[in-house]
Amino acid sequence: MALLELRDLTVTYRTEGGPVPAVRGVNLTVDTGQTLGLAGESGCGKSTIAASILRLLPTSAKVTGEILIDGDDVLKMSWGKLRAVRWAGASIIFQGAMHSLNPVQKISKQIAEPILLHSPDTTPTQASKRVAELLGQVGLPVSRADSYPHELSGGQKQRVMIAMALACRPNLIIADEPTTALDVMIQAQVLDLISALVRDHGIGLIMISHDLSVLADTCDRLAVMYAGKIVEEGPAHQVFTDARHPYAEALAWAFPVIGDPRTRLSPRGLPGDPPDPADVPSGCSFHNRCAVAEDQCSTRDMELWPAGERRLAACVRVLEAAEGESGRPFVANEEKATGEGVLG
Amino acid sequence: MTEPILSADDVRVVFPGRGRRATATAVDGVNLDIAPGEIVALVGESGCGKTTLARTLLGLERATSGQVRFAGQTISRRTSALRGYRRQVQLVLQDPTGSLNPRHTVYEAVAEGVRIHRLSGERKRVADALARCGLRPPERFFERYPHELSGGQRQRVVIAGALVLEPKVLVADEPVASLDASVRGEILSLLLRLRNELGLAALVVTHDLGLAWNIADRLAVMYLGRIVEVGTPEQVFADPRHPYTKALMSVLPESPIEPIVLTGEPPDATRIPAGCRFHPRCPELASGAAAGAGVAERCVGERLPVLPAAGTGPTLVSCHLAAAKLAKSR
Repeated sequence: MALLELRDLTVTYRTEGGPVPAVRGVNLTVDTGQTLGLAGESGCGKSTIAASILRLLPTSAKVTGEILIDGDDVLKMSWGKLRAVRWAGASIIFQGAMHSLNPVQKISKQIAEPILLHSPDTTPTQASKRVAELLGQVGLPVSRADSYPHELSGGQKQRVMIAMALACRPNLIIADEPTTALDVMIQAQVLDLISALVRDHGIGLIMISHDLSVLADTCDRLAVMYAGKIVEEGPAHQVFTDARHPYAEALAWAFPVIGDPRTRLSPRGLPGDPPDPADVPSGCSFHNRCAVAEDQCSTRDMELWPAGERRLAACVRVLEAAEGESGRPFVANEEKATGEGVLG
Repeated sequence: MTEPILSADDVRVVFPGRGRRATATAVDGVNLDIAPGEIVALVGESGCGKTTLARTLLGLERATSGQVRFAGQTISRRTSALRGYRRQVQLVLQDPTGSLNPRHTVYEAVAEGVRIHRLSGERKRVADALARCGLRPPERFFERYPHELSGGQRQRVVIAGALVLEPKVLVADEPVASLDASVRGEILSLLLRLRNELGLAALVVTHDLGLAWNIADRLAVMYLGRIVEVGTPEQVFADPRHPYTKALMSVLPESPIEPIVLTGEPPDATRIPAGCRFHPRCPELASGAAAGAGVAERCVGERLPVLPAAGTGPTLVSCHLAAAKLAKSR
């Protein structure tokens, strides 16, 4: 059984201007000891997915589908059960975590808080022992336990946040942009730490970022999201170096491989802006920004098609490539698509 | 070599301590020339003094010693002279959302500089600047407010606000750090195009080495108030000679070098180490490589001279070990 499984997850926000779909049918699995990278632009729904896993979304969000943690559906859990799963089953390292520490509390107290909440019979001595152990795990000297957040640097604060996420020994950690706003060297330190924790403790990790190069270096698998849907999924390094979806390719190019003469003095971006979630283009939602779009792309609905070994991509070009290789078209998909094309 | 448009000449910036706070030497002797139409990337970690140096070049911070020269002239501290200077050297900040007034329309944001400098033909200037920055047709954007724009469009408005005064130099502090991946390339292309079309020089302050590779003609690596290595990105990335530069390169994703993760936090400008300022974190010193070359004592005890402001030519590096290696190879 997978550690985390999302089945056809949709999240729709109710707003004054009508419903806004932020996540539109996402399927994902994460196994123990596996790292999954989730990439995409602002507003593509990646942080919404992170928050939905522990039911942290505002009440204006309507969630459908299934979110299975160790086979239990989070969406159907009672409050008591949900409280037990938060922190102990799965925990989140939030985006901009460095600013979410309480400025007037010593960090030891903040790290101990979830421990004391989840096992009320923990003695203060046991708790401070566990805090010392956690600080050790994230590479902070135990003497730092009595510091206030303002006495720590950005990298150290991020380590404290990681220590908190580990406090109740969860099996799953969701890290939402854990290294954004950190320096290159500090970023390398934090990523090393996260990778070591996954390796040594066999936890599952979802790492969210818009920097594909960082995800390719840290994760086993990579899923690229666009306008609330996954458009490509596969082994992280392959997706980064040889993307099948034009959007994933554009994201990969945005972070140049230094030393690659093709990117020297020629930065590449992606023209246009991400679509408004309330008004997503028909057909392939990327077609209006795609450099290789065909006529059918504006009407034909895309789904994740096989695009090589353990790879999926939601682009008609992978279908065409598969036809070219095998010499016979994917009949079922073709028929379905033609029907929709006529209707559309 | 052509005369530099903007140069720092042995600039030091010291922030005096107050009460129990110690005196911090943010910039500790920097020479840097920027030629007309040249894009120089200044990279380094938080707290290394790169933003202070940029602010000093803009005349926003007073150099404790040394000089900033624009087109050969030392910049004056007189308000009227500074105003003229600031028309020539414009600043682009990191976070476009923070640097635009939410109650001002795009037109007002871009026209502000024109009004301050009392220039004629305001409407045409604003329209031209917006069009140059890829906001076409410009009239469509005049009456819009920042919250109606995407992050990339906002940054274009900020750049248009700088361009409207027809400056010779842009100083950009992390111009793409707060932008999405897809927009990043677009804004960098814009900076490159402005250089090509208008001959605009730029100093780009960043900790993003990919940005330097993407657009810079020259790369200066700063560590604790000093430039420790400077050269073209090709030279520096192919053969980093300062151990700090090497470590920075090694932790990049996809780097062919085995990662050298420096331990410890960035050092403190109130306590600059004796000898080479990098020696407490230097992997070459720790591994004994410096001792092997017979320079370990100098690393710990002997200060390095300030690097000269070179235009083109070989990389310059401020390291006892690199100097010893170079001397040996000759």
